[in-house]
Amino acid sequence: MSETTATATAPHTAPTALPPDTVALVTQRRARGGFRAMLPRPSAKLVIGLMLVSAIVLFGILGPLMTQNPRDSQNAALEPPSAEHLLGTSKLGYDVLAQLAHGTQGSLLVGIVAGGIAVVLSLFFGILAGYLGGWRDEVLSLVTNIMLVIPGLPLAMVIATYFSSRSWLLVAIVLGITCWAGSAVVLRTQARSLRSRDYVYAAKVAGEKSFRVILVEIMPNLLPLLAAQFLFAIIFAILGEAGLSYLGLGATDSITWGTILNDAQSGQALGTGAWWWFVPPGVLIALLGCGLSLINFSIDEIINPKLRVAPEAARRVRRAAKSKGVLA
Amino acid sequence: MIASDAVHTSEAVLTASGVSIEYEVEPPVKAVRNVSLTLHRGEILGLAGESGCGKTTLAYGLNRLLKAPALMTSGEITFHDRGGDDIDIVGLRSEQLRAFRWDKISMVFQGAMNSLNPVISVKAQIFDVFDTHRPGMSRRDKTARAEELLGLVGVDPARLSSFPHELSGGMRQRVMIAMALALDPQVMIMDEPTTALDVVVQRGIIREIMRLRERLGFAVIFITHDLPMLIEISDRIAVMLQGEIVEQGTAEEIYRTPQHEYTKKLLSSFPSLRGERGGFVRSGAEVAR
Amino acid sequence: MSVRTLEARNLVKDFRLRSGLKTTILHAVKDVSFTLEPGKTVALVGESGSGKSTIARMLMKLETPTSGEILIDGARSGDGGRALERYRSDVQMVFQDPFASLNPFHTIIHHLERPLRIHHRGLSAAQVREKALDLLERVRLSPAESFAERRPHELSGGQRQRVAIARALAPGARFIVADEPVSMLDVSIRLGVLNLLAELQREEQLGVLYITHDLATARHFSDEILVMYRGDIVERGAADDVILNPQHDYTKTLLAAAPEPENFGRLRDEVRAELAG
Repeated sequence: MSETTATATAPHTAPTALPPDTVALVTQRRARGGFRAMLPRPSAKLVIGLMLVSAIVLFGILGPLMTQNPRDSQNAALEPPSAEHLLGTSKLGYDVLAQLAHGTQGSLLVGIVAGGIAVVLSLFFGILAGYLGGWRDEVLSLVTNIMLVIPGLPLAMVIATYFSSRSWLLVAIVLGITCWAGSAVVLRTQARSLRSRDYVYAAKVAGEKSFRVILVEIMPNLLPLLAAQFLFAIIFAILGEAGLSYLGLGATDSITWGTILNDAQSGQALGTGAWWWFVPPGVLIALLGCGLSLINFSIDEIINPKLRVAPEAARRVRRAAKSKGVLA
Repeated sequence: MIASDAVHTSEAVLTASGVSIEYEVEPPVKAVRNVSLTLHRGEILGLAGESGCGKTTLAYGLNRLLKAPALMTSGEITFHDRGGDDIDIVGLRSEQLRAFRWDKISMVFQGAMNSLNPVISVKAQIFDVFDTHRPGMSRRDKTARAEELLGLVGVDPARLSSFPHELSGGMRQRVMIAMALALDPQVMIMDEPTTALDVVVQRGIIREIMRLRERLGFAVIFITHDLPMLIEISDRIAVMLQGEIVEQGTAEEIYRTPQHEYTKKLLSSFPSLRGERGGFVRSGAEVAR
Repeated sequence: MSVRTLEARNLVKDFRLRSGLKTTILHAVKDVSFTLEPGKTVALVGESGSGKSTIARMLMKLETPTSGEILIDGARSGDGGRALERYRSDVQMVFQDPFASLNPFHTIIHHLERPLRIHHRGLSAAQVREKALDLLERVRLSPAESFAERRPHELSGGQRQRVAIARALAPGARFIVADEPVSMLDVSIRLGVLNLLAELQREEQLGVLYITHDLATARHFSDEILVMYRGDIVERGAADDVILNPQHDYTKTLLAAAPEPENFGRLRDEVRAELAG
């Protein structure tokens, strides 16, 4: 009996699907459900990442309380690290450690606020567009695509130049509204795939309103993704802020890692060999980025459990094969 | 034609004895326990069971396709080649294994419709098989053989240059079977090859498989949960439950005189279409156990 | 005597498919009519692409018909607002895939409490919980307390499907659309779940639409069978009649294709004869 070419099938008609793969069934962990299932498993990556980030955050919180006034220019200028000034002083006599402590606070604030704004915007443009579909999706996607095409940092620069004096909050807002598009695309795709899951239909059939369906059925399954996007946004914001500040377009009154680097550059720190001035902020940026990325990798394992299962499975088999005297 | 006269010579083509396969997870799961079976030349052996009984794991084990965390902890599997040699499958190492696979035993996987690479044409995928196992073949020979294979399974050879998404589910399945036949294997292992297909298409494919079996003489291990279908087409049937074979026999024996409780339970789960067995569902009386 | 039926009248559904710049129209459902009555099961039998799932979605108001009407108790059913709410409390669905129809994030009892809260607004939290536990008992998930706080992945396929049935009953539905409710379950537990559905139907006098591709269970489980092919109903009649005395060619083809263990060995002989002759 000959079959004709695959006729384009209407959406949602598919032949009976197969029950899940045996290996998947067997290796499925008895996971804790709900929120606890979302938490990443402790692993070296996660622990190191968390330690790095917590250390920096603690420094940002407690540092300013324990160091001297960062704008106290009474100190000797361009002193290398000594017992009195653990990280030396800058050209204007500021204590670098104090600057760094306040700078950490400033950068973290900018990062978190920008990250938060980015996540909210990507949530709105991403999940809503993906779930609603139709013309609403088209409109929201249009905006997203435009924002995607415009390069983020140059846009931030352009906006920043409009303001003669910029608070850190303004910088955070500017960064937040320029970096959400990529994340929105990801969330939209996920929401689109989730909206045709049976449990979403079941909720609609049971009578749930759209708003509740998004909040209660779709969002919880997207939380790991959202968390990862949030951390990415923070990294981008901090780097972006450093970039803006380096170009003189950053926060005018606050101290951030970026402003320290900017000061160091205009104070010829490199030329005069004052490494204690520009190396620490750079190192902290790198360490925070590293820590957040490590946490993100652990979150990746929740989003895609195969990343976790495969190497572990191979290890187990090697061990078992040795103990049973068979060849793996 | 009598079913009982040996379709197969009583010559064995594949012998497995004492095979045990474990999944090394916490705690370890014994997926296959001490299974022994014999496949005769040209025979269709049905392997019946539900999800989790170990039939797919066993199939993978016979083919040395087990993936971590699965591990074969004991057993011997011997392939009795047409030429007279006996090959110990468990002992094969990489190069020999690669030469052995697909050449002597090939496999059609569960979810075969999704096993074709969506971005490569059918032609390229069939050629892949030749490139790996028959490196000397000329392009013309490869094309000729590929067209022959498609013709064998009932697919228009002109579809050779199609992409998988341009083919219907049934056609994709036939292409998978064609690929499995490419090297003229002596054994084909088919894992739920028709489960996701419509019943009419299914019947077409099964008929095709039987035709090919008559022409080419290979043996088949047919794995499925659909016991009525197995009874229709198999010469012998083995029923698996929780890693063990609980009953083996000819199709007629399994149908008329099932011995094991589980076999009976499995049979009674399929209400008969025209008869009265299973007729109690509607009225709510207890289904016969 | 008031009419208490769910009627599909001249339902038509077309889909517009875009591939590149071309638009084709797929006629998924072409003028289908049938009636569900309390206490009776109608089976909709067909292969994939026949349109049966589209009909289910139209009945559940997940798709709007291109034309045709859905009448409940003789009157036009609403598509929005309070009319839709009332409709949803009367008509519910059991989905095919037990692994996908329950949200992995939520507990079992959450799946039951939500529809209860939506359709029985006056109840207190304790009453809602009690009703939910009661539903679990009715679908033979006992002791209900032990199942309540578990999550879907901790249950077997059969158990999940029972939860899905309980969820369909929660709003107090009178009509249930069961879309291939057992095709993804293990063979040996299918009849158990179908029996449960039959029992609940008798107790509640439910009208059930049983959608399947399996003729055998369709015959034993339903009173009337509708055979669908490419969007049309090609044959309809009492279950036994359609199976034992098919009229349409397609029905005959379907019946001939279904596995029949009585025919053991016949296919082999046929094939041999074919190759020999």
